[in-house]
Amino acid sequence: MSDITIFHARKVITMNPRRPEATHVAVRDGRILGAGTLEELAGWGVHKLDTRFADKVLMPGFVEGHAHAMEGTLWRKVYCGFFDRTDPDGRRWSGLASIDAVLARLAEAEGTLDDPAAPLGGFQLDPIYMDGAVMDRARLDSVSATRPLGVLHASGHIMYVNSKALELAGLMRAGINHPGIPLGPDGMPTGVLKGPEVYMPVAPHVGFNRSATDADEDGLRAFAKLCVRTGTTTVTDLASRLEAEAVQMMLRVTGERRFPARVVPLKFFMGHTPQDLVDLTVKLRDQSTDKLRLGRIKVIADGSIQGFTARLRAPGYYNGAPNGLWYIAPEQLDQIYRLALAAGVPVHTHTNGDEATELVLETLGPALTDTPSRDHRFTLQHCQMADAAQFRRMQALGVCVNLFANHHFYWGDEHYRLTVGPERAERMNACRTALDTGVPMAIHSDAPVTPLAPLFTAWAAVNRITASGRVQGAHERISVAEALYAITLGAAYTLHMDGEVGSIEAGKRADFAVLGGDPTEVAPNALKDIPVWGTVLGGETFDASAL
Amino acid sequence: MSIPVTIIGGYLGAGKTTLINQVLRQADGLRIAVLVNEFGALSIDEDLIEAQEGDVISIAGGCVCCAFGDNLIGAIADMVAMVPAPQHIVIEASGVAIPQAIAATLSLVAGVQLAGIVVLADAETVEARARDTYMGDTILRQISGADVILLTKPDLVEDVAPVTAWLQNMSDAAAIVATAHGRCPNAVVLGVTHTAVSLPTQGLLDHSAQYRSFSFAQTGETDAAVFAQALADTHLGLLRAKGFVRQPDGALFEVQVVGVRWAVSLATAGHGLVCIGLRDRIAEGRIQDLAARHGFHPSRA
Repeated sequence: MSDITIFHARKVITMNPRRPEATHVAVRDGRILGAGTLEELAGWGVHKLDTRFADKVLMPGFVEGHAHAMEGTLWRKVYCGFFDRTDPDGRRWSGLASIDAVLARLAEAEGTLDDPAAPLGGFQLDPIYMDGAVMDRARLDSVSATRPLGVLHASGHIMYVNSKALELAGLMRAGINHPGIPLGPDGMPTGVLKGPEVYMPVAPHVGFNRSATDADEDGLRAFAKLCVRTGTTTVTDLASRLEAEAVQMMLRVTGERRFPARVVPLKFFMGHTPQDLVDLTVKLRDQSTDKLRLGRIKVIADGSIQGFTARLRAPGYYNGAPNGLWYIAPEQLDQIYRLALAAGVPVHTHTNGDEATELVLETLGPALTDTPSRDHRFTLQHCQMADAAQFRRMQALGVCVNLFANHHFYWGDEHYRLTVGPERAERMNACRTALDTGVPMAIHSDAPVTPLAPLFTAWAAVNRITASGRVQGAHERISVAEALYAITLGAAYTLHMDGEVGSIEAGKRADFAVLGGDPTEVAPNALKDIPVWGTVLGGETFDASAL
Repeated sequence: MSIPVTIIGGYLGAGKTTLINQVLRQADGLRIAVLVNEFGALSIDEDLIEAQEGDVISIAGGCVCCAFGDNLIGAIADMVAMVPAPQHIVIEASGVAIPQAIAATLSLVAGVQLAGIVVLADAETVEARARDTYMGDTILRQISGADVILLTKPDLVEDVAPVTAWLQNMSDAAAIVATAHGRCPNAVVLGVTHTAVSLPTQGLLDHSAQYRSFSFAQTGETDAAVFAQALADTHLGLLRAKGFVRQPDGALFEVQVVGVRWAVSLATAGHGLVCIGLRDRIAEGRIQDLAARHGFHPSRA
């Protein structure tokens, strides 16, 4: 007979409506025996009572349905963001409010490097919060004129580099004619490189990996530490190349008893024909373990709204920018959907603009008619601009949605005044409409675009407060209970894992978020400030302060 | 010496794969590297394939084909670093890619130089595609950025004149060439690729009476950029021109023209000029007059 542990907590929020609260939860072999009173659970037999959480609140481990493991690798660079952010080792980096502060932090990091030719990288810079301040080559040269230096913008779409980096990439010259490379009065690049296709030739010189989307072993471990710090026990890596070697590494690392997360990497669609893509994904599915869940596909239909590359329906961009870019042709999308439906492989499709969402719904409808699949759970990722009619079609087709709730806070003001204008900014990431329409819904961070922190994401969906403090789209706010569902069972449902994780009830995995406060009792605008002690994964405890 | 790069664009089904196989069949000793999004079942004709290793297919005659997935820049860097380096790179853009955007990116990559954007348009379907709710503006952006438009499957329409006129209206700068089954000479698709000092006119285009070419020899110096710009004039009916121009200051430049796009680059050796156009379009007299004004006179190869 295996050992039974009964955890005693100040409160167990189960997300199981039949017994929503409890004081104890019993665990054996990584599974939950039940939640209830000590008397009820003692009936399972000889047990060890663990009281370390007596002053803590347990929730089901949070499920992040849209993140990228590269967040783990980015932290090897210097944090240059405007908002406070915690790194995988638990260090709280203060937000930087000015370009001078960014330069000072870069200079400090520069001072610690011995090799004078070693590159220096930073990430998460967003001058939009700095009253229109400018970052450019000259300013970065003041940190170092001799080593290549590059700082990635928070959106991931822009890189700022110094003269040395431009020189190494062969771009420190006059006569460059490219819309993504602004030139200074001297005819030379200013050091602002707009768009991944523009900064990719420079990125390797400033220490950014060529395949920026994939995490290496250290990155994966760092990513998992962030999961513990945020109460996350199941996390997606939403676009992974999943080459054989990377899969072997992920299997090995996640297979360690003390690896603290269930990782769900989705196979990125590019570089394969639809048939090869689906065949490969089916093969990957067979390699799944309890902590590495393979067998899903990620497709990207359009670009980003703040990058003006999302595909919008009329009336288009508020500032008159031309419509964005497609990353897949309808015929290819149709083939992928049909083959995946036939093979039982779920497809998650990135759509930011409402025209991209429309194309997905129009393509999936006929594919489902021809290849009926009663439980496909195809999911629209981001789906930021969907209107009520599109949510009704999602419901009719059985499509799930994972909305980018964090966007309200980080870019809501920009959407209001620049990208889509006031009316559509207020309906963006329409959580209320999704739930009222009966569309299965999750909410996400898209880490590293915004920080991994499900309680923050819940806060964003509940309050819809922008960075400037305005409530934007009050009608689309959801309740705390609904938000907590979205970051547990809601997200688990989009991954077909709701029978396994997402609530604390008999038979499910013993995955818990261990909190220092009660999300159901704090003021809704304090959700994001609830301290996280760590997690329990399959009955193993992970103390964030001891990682 | 930069490696010339041709970008082949156009929507799905326009015939890009067929064209690329024809380009490889006509390689004639030129080491061509073809970059494709992904290897489909039919991307390279089987009889051309010598070996496949991962994302690289070796092709008879020293050519290669690579799948670049989502990392075109990386694939180009790999090609530039290859030993021996390819003599020409052909990029097959995805059906929804905007070739001009790829061209702009190329300008940032060391060791390569754009040798033209060739966009394929299916004679039967291109106009309907351009009206498509989702893809219409993408199709029009592709067409408007072309240096050369290959009108494919001309045999499937009764008369190519209306669609040709429509295309010309959408892209007034592009040279439009009707091409069945990918049978378009490499001199048109890639440009004149022979680096030999003497440019052969016979044999270059002998499989088609659709084209004509003229060769010139230089007898007097002229300004390379001025001459190149003058050659990039739609009224001359030129598809491609390539040559070497000695300037009054003694410098030697290589001159490349595709449609209305032109480029000059410093060269160490080479002489002569070859001009290629459609037989029924090329303005022989005008070209000869222009050449004569710049010190170039008809030559026999």
